[in-house]
Amino acid sequence: MALRKVKGNLERMFDKNLTDLVRGIRNNKETESKYISQCMEEIKTELRQDNLAVKANAVAKLTYLQMLGYDISWAGFNIIEVMSSPKFTYKRIGYLSASQCFHQDTEVLMLTTNMIRKDLNSHNMYDSGTALTGLACFISGDLARDLANDVMTLLTSTKPYLRKKAVLLLYKVFLKFPEALRPAFPRLKEKLEDPDPGVQSAAVNVICELARKNPKNYLSLAPVFFKLMTSSTNNWMLIKIIKLFGALTPLEPRLGKKLIEPLTNLIHSTSAMSLLYECINTVIAVLISISSGMPNHNASIQLCVQKLRILIEDSDQNLKYLGLLAMSKILKTHPKSVQAHKDLVLQCLDDKDESIRLRALDLLYGMVTKKTVMEIVRRLMTHMDRAEGTMYRDELLQKIILICSQNNFQYITNFEWYVSVLVELCRMEGTQHGGLIASQLMDVAIRVVAVREFTVGQMALLLDNAHVIVGPAAARSSIAEVLYAAAWICGEFSQLLANPKATLESMVRGKVVSLPGHIQAIYVHNMLKLYAHIIATAEEEDDSEMIEEVTNLLLERLPVFVSSGDLEVQERASCIVHIVTYVQKCHKHGDKVGADLALLMTGELNPVAPKAQKKVPLPDGLDLDAWINDPPSESEEEEDDALEKEIFVKADSSYKHRKEKYEPSEEELQKLRDARRAEQASNPYYVKSSALSSPRPNHNSIQVDEIPVTAIDLNVSLKIPGMTSLDKYQVVDGWQDGGKKRHKKQKKRSKRKGQVSSSSEEEINRMHVVNTDIGEMPEGAHLSDDYEIDDRPEDDPHRALDINLDEPLSPNEVLPTRTHYEAHAQRKIESNNEAKLIPSEIPLKMKTRNKKERKEKKEKTKKVKKEEKKVKKKPSRDANLILDLIDPLKETVISDKVPVAANHINGIADAKNKEKTSDDLDFWLSKELSQTPESCMDGTTKTASPSTPSSSKDDSKSKKTKTKKEKKAKKEKDRDKPEKKLKKNEKEIDTLSRNRDEYEETNGTVTQEVEEKLAVPEPQPYSRLLAEDSHIRIVYSTAAMDGVMSEILVCIKFISQSSKPISKLQLILPDSSALKMIRTPGKLVFETGYRLFPPKEMGMAVFQRKQRQPDPQSELVNLPWSLDPGESKETQLSFTAEDVTIPHKLRGSLSYIQDGSSSSSDISLRLEFPVTTFLSGKTASRATFTDLLSSGQLSARSSFTLPNCPWSFPEVLEELTLGGSLAVVECVDQTASLYGRSLHGHHVCLLVKYQASHHLTIDGKSTEGILLSNALDHLKTTLMQKQ
Amino acid sequence: MIKAILVFNNHGKPRLTKFYQYFNEEMQQQIIKETFQLVSKRDDNVCNFLEGGSLIGGADYKLIYRHYATLYFVFCVDSSESELGILDLIQVFVETLDKCFENVCELDLIFHVDKVHYILNELVMGGMVLETNMTEIITRIEDQNKLEKQEAGLAAAPARAVSAVKNMNLPQQIKDIKLPDLPAAIKDLKF
Repeated sequence: MALRKVKGNLERMFDKNLTDLVRGIRNNKETESKYISQCMEEIKTELRQDNLAVKANAVAKLTYLQMLGYDISWAGFNIIEVMSSPKFTYKRIGYLSASQCFHQDTEVLMLTTNMIRKDLNSHNMYDSGTALTGLACFISGDLARDLANDVMTLLTSTKPYLRKKAVLLLYKVFLKFPEALRPAFPRLKEKLEDPDPGVQSAAVNVICELARKNPKNYLSLAPVFFKLMTSSTNNWMLIKIIKLFGALTPLEPRLGKKLIEPLTNLIHSTSAMSLLYECINTVIAVLISISSGMPNHNASIQLCVQKLRILIEDSDQNLKYLGLLAMSKILKTHPKSVQAHKDLVLQCLDDKDESIRLRALDLLYGMVTKKTVMEIVRRLMTHMDRAEGTMYRDELLQKIILICSQNNFQYITNFEWYVSVLVELCRMEGTQHGGLIASQLMDVAIRVVAVREFTVGQMALLLDNAHVIVGPAAARSSIAEVLYAAAWICGEFSQLLANPKATLESMVRGKVVSLPGHIQAIYVHNMLKLYAHIIATAEEEDDSEMIEEVTNLLLERLPVFVSSGDLEVQERASCIVHIVTYVQKCHKHGDKVGADLALLMTGELNPVAPKAQKKVPLPDGLDLDAWINDPPSESEEEEDDALEKEIFVKADSSYKHRKEKYEPSEEELQKLRDARRAEQASNPYYVKSSALSSPRPNHNSIQVDEIPVTAIDLNVSLKIPGMTSLDKYQVVDGWQDGGKKRHKKQKKRSKRKGQVSSSSEEEINRMHVVNTDIGEMPEGAHLSDDYEIDDRPEDDPHRALDINLDEPLSPNEVLPTRTHYEAHAQRKIESNNEAKLIPSEIPLKMKTRNKKERKEKKEKTKKVKKEEKKVKKKPSRDANLILDLIDPLKETVISDKVPVAANHINGIADAKNKEKTSDDLDFWLSKELSQTPESCMDGTTKTASPSTPSSSKDDSKSKKTKTKKEKKAKKEKDRDKPEKKLKKNEKEIDTLSRNRDEYEETNGTVTQEVEEKLAVPEPQPYSRLLAEDSHIRIVYSTAAMDGVMSEILVCIKFISQSSKPISKLQLILPDSSALKMIRTPGKLVFETGYRLFPPKEMGMAVFQRKQRQPDPQSELVNLPWSLDPGESKETQLSFTAEDVTIPHKLRGSLSYIQDGSSSSSDISLRLEFPVTTFLSGKTASRATFTDLLSSGQLSARSSFTLPNCPWSFPEVLEELTLGGSLAVVECVDQTASLYGRSLHGHHVCLLVKYQASHHLTIDGKSTEGILLSNALDHLKTTLMQKQ
Repeated sequence: MIKAILVFNNHGKPRLTKFYQYFNEEMQQQIIKETFQLVSKRDDNVCNFLEGGSLIGGADYKLIYRHYATLYFVFCVDSSESELGILDLIQVFVETLDKCFENVCELDLIFHVDKVHYILNELVMGGMVLETNMTEIITRIEDQNKLEKQEAGLAAAPARAVSAVKNMNLPQQIKDIKLPDLPAAIKDLKF
């Protein structure tokens, strides 16, 4: 064996390792593929060997080859072998390889489930880390389902490194297994408050990713994030949070208003560009979402724009780019403020960086006004001439057209100019946007009646010069499309042509045949239109010579098209040939057919609304699916289809558009026409229909025929002579011209008199009128879309994650756990039984709860009296109540006074609860709003001056909200008159803290118990003596603060036994390795009252109502008050424990000075934290309890027996619930089951049996063996002690 | 989310590829090629953002890259990432490489692509930023290296000797290809 190993090692030495492989590839540059295939063979043999080292080496090489593009999925099984190696080195190689080549559909993955589970739970942190990283890359739905629970357990790992990774992995789990989201979400939320900033940031990251896709479900988290935003200094996290808010604000404008202040402050204060930029972005999002103006609304925009200008002017191209990007967002809602920076944007157009130029282009789109459109377009056109690269030029072209055509040509005042621009654009070489230009030309020609004649003239010129446009470079571009438009316009509006015959000639001659089929078809068809027009006019004038000439021309040329390969062309051409021959025949007989022929083409063209076709209502009795004739045989049908495709599908979109035109009946048409005429008549801007019949332009147009036609030098110039040059319009329009300007000003003034509301832009007269009707629509149809579409693709995993997270979990919503088959079956039966039992249980619990509540109230009023009393043991019910209070997830129950029988584990869904969460948010938002004036202080800068006005304001506010509390506060006041000063201050803080409670409640993070106790120091459950001497007696009690905080709250009560006042009390409690006190950072936030969400740490120390804060680093806790004789006071400290499975102890001391004595006295203290301290009793319902028991999670078992228990059963139970912090789940006769959950989420279940002969047996089951045995040990000793 | 991280040299040769979304090998190569074409034609003094390589993602995605001497570091990210943040992340990545390899150069990436992967895994996990604190990252990497060394122990000694001999052939002069002076680069960093 040993020999074999040595041999294996020796062989390994001569195997190629990764370095050799890389070197080999580099040395065989010419024969690389050959070399690699040779290596592949070697790898295959290596993989066949038993030695794992050899395999790992082979897999490492494969990973490298994968990067070079070689498929290595065939080695999947070997990769898994390497992954399963016990050695970290090999495991890591395996996981790397898997993460590079596995994906969710890889089949071998199903073999890995148990192996990965083992790795996740490995002792070695890096084993689990590697597994987590790998899993993040290749997790599949099955793996996600099977491993979700293991990942969840890692969330409570003691190592931040693993927690962090587990949190991130959760996101992938959710994507693949959406059912996990709801059960896992509370835990994930807890991680937002993790002590490790890395984990916190990871949790923020995950929630942001989730919320980005389904923002509405995460709206209720806004307060938590708000708190994080105002308290965190981690820029990475801040960026994420701020981005998240950007996604949330559109859903809740009030949130936006709340955000503006802190964000503006951040903008002012931060030095990090990335953070600044994100802040601006979110402020913009907020401003967009706020429809109604805020008072300082404009200031915010100005601030943003101004900051962005700084970014854009920066020499750093990145900042410039981002500045432009953000600017374009502002543009959408506040174009005015951006337009002021037009110079800057135009300057960016000259930037050498294409990304920046494109961004600047985007901006220009929104900056256009009637005044500036010409200038901007001119600049863009000059850019286009200079620009290299067709991509950018195409982009420019598209932008020009977009700019001009936006909002139904809103900014175009002179359409002749626009047509000229379009014609000019046709000269662009190699553009892909020919179709776009063509549709614009047709659009303008159809809709702007006034400019139609001009357009037709230009189009005729275009046709004449078709060979220039369709140059040699045209093959790759779509510029020929403009000829389609030109031919159509000339044909359709042939009556406007100056010289129809010349146009017909230019259409006929030239290389028309080389054009695409659909353009040829249009050519042919429009030749007929032209022909009809020419014949008709010639007949009127008795110009038989002309008729003959034209007819012969067509008859001579058309046969070329008849033999065209394109069916459409062929069909139309042969049809026309026959018509023309027929006309020729008629003419020979001396018949005049011109008018008849023209009738073929008459009829007004109306724009059709984009969705008209879809909206045509289906007439009654029409079944579109029914056969009109008997269905033909299959084969025939296929043929028909093919044929149809050939004929109809070829047409391009604009062509189709016309085809799809809805053909209304004659009556309908008439009706529509009447309606339109009526509208036109009432519209003062509409050029009356006379323009149609005898179109006389009402503007100083340039007569086309006045322009001299010069000979074209094909090789040199691409300029089309006769085309009006663009520059002319700027003079014609004269918007820059000083003289005209003055004229305009006068006009402005005169206009103002009549029309106050008109904006300055409108003063530029529109020279032409655009028909901007939506177009013809079938009766009763509306343009609006009546359905909302989720535009995410079907397979987008985020669709499945659209889950309401505020609803409480239902009992069946638990993460799948590994169970044995039998257990599963059993569980089913049990849970069935449970289902029957629960309903009867609820009312009972409700009753007891109400009782409890009443009791609680009573106790509150008795507060002061009770304070004097010695702490007594309480009946178990009260203990339960206290435990309930401590259960953070029950805060809704407490605040709402709605009894709910179950806690979050089972959480029977109730609507009220849901309502509550939304109310909470509303409350948070509305509260905050009224607060705005005060809260305008920067969230991060602390103004230390303890301002009484603000706190009193808070005071009054809390009174408003909770009248009950107010009453109580009054009582308190009356009673506390003697110690007026101190107490008054106290009270303020008290109310303030309650005020905070409100927020905390909405937060879901519950710290209010602490404050609650401040106001109402309830007699502590199970107080233990801490120390005692002749002057002072100290007792303490502990309670686990489960949930978000994961802390242990220790309430220490000082009872004076001396006859003199005791002062300068000082607690010294050094942290032990496993137990740490949570200290307040030296922030004086509390006094200022500006911080609405003080950091959670302050709960404790600040809470002690003192001016002096404890030094965060020292172990000293100064108690600011003094004890009068006979008085007792208490303080609360909170601790976190790293390991909750073992008991802890903390040593410390208390020093104090007794009045009159000069020296201080010391008492040493020993705080004990048995494991039960870390348990919080949750009254789990039986259903979840049994679920838990049968799930197989509770792997650890332990038990003990007390043969001679002197206690009665109720006493034992009381002891367990009070001392052991457990909650009774069920109690039948002398048997009870109890449940407790540790701070880190371990479950502990106990079964207590009490037999008549004082024989007590306690059986325990838990997820954590050490915890259980320690807990039982503790319980045993306490029970024994009582003996 | 980060969708892909690519490192290639001035000639488009991939030095590290990490796709957080599955593409088959052929597609991956095509993406690398296209990304290289997009990135390489850009001057060094233009901005570091590029919109829409057609292969990875649609309008929501951006390429964010940095060019160091002979290498391009390209991150393809969606709109949930902060552009400047990612630029910083690249910087952190490169600085970490520099610390781990001591004056990192392209050769280090060529011969130790696995190590580079391990380092990257400490920065980014499954497309999400895991850690940005360099000391923390380096601690983790060193810990793992230690673990690896422990495991190798004596058994690896002969193998190491052999590879040392092999390595002697390696022409040292190629090492001259160096990344730009990092401290200077850090100064330019805006965060």
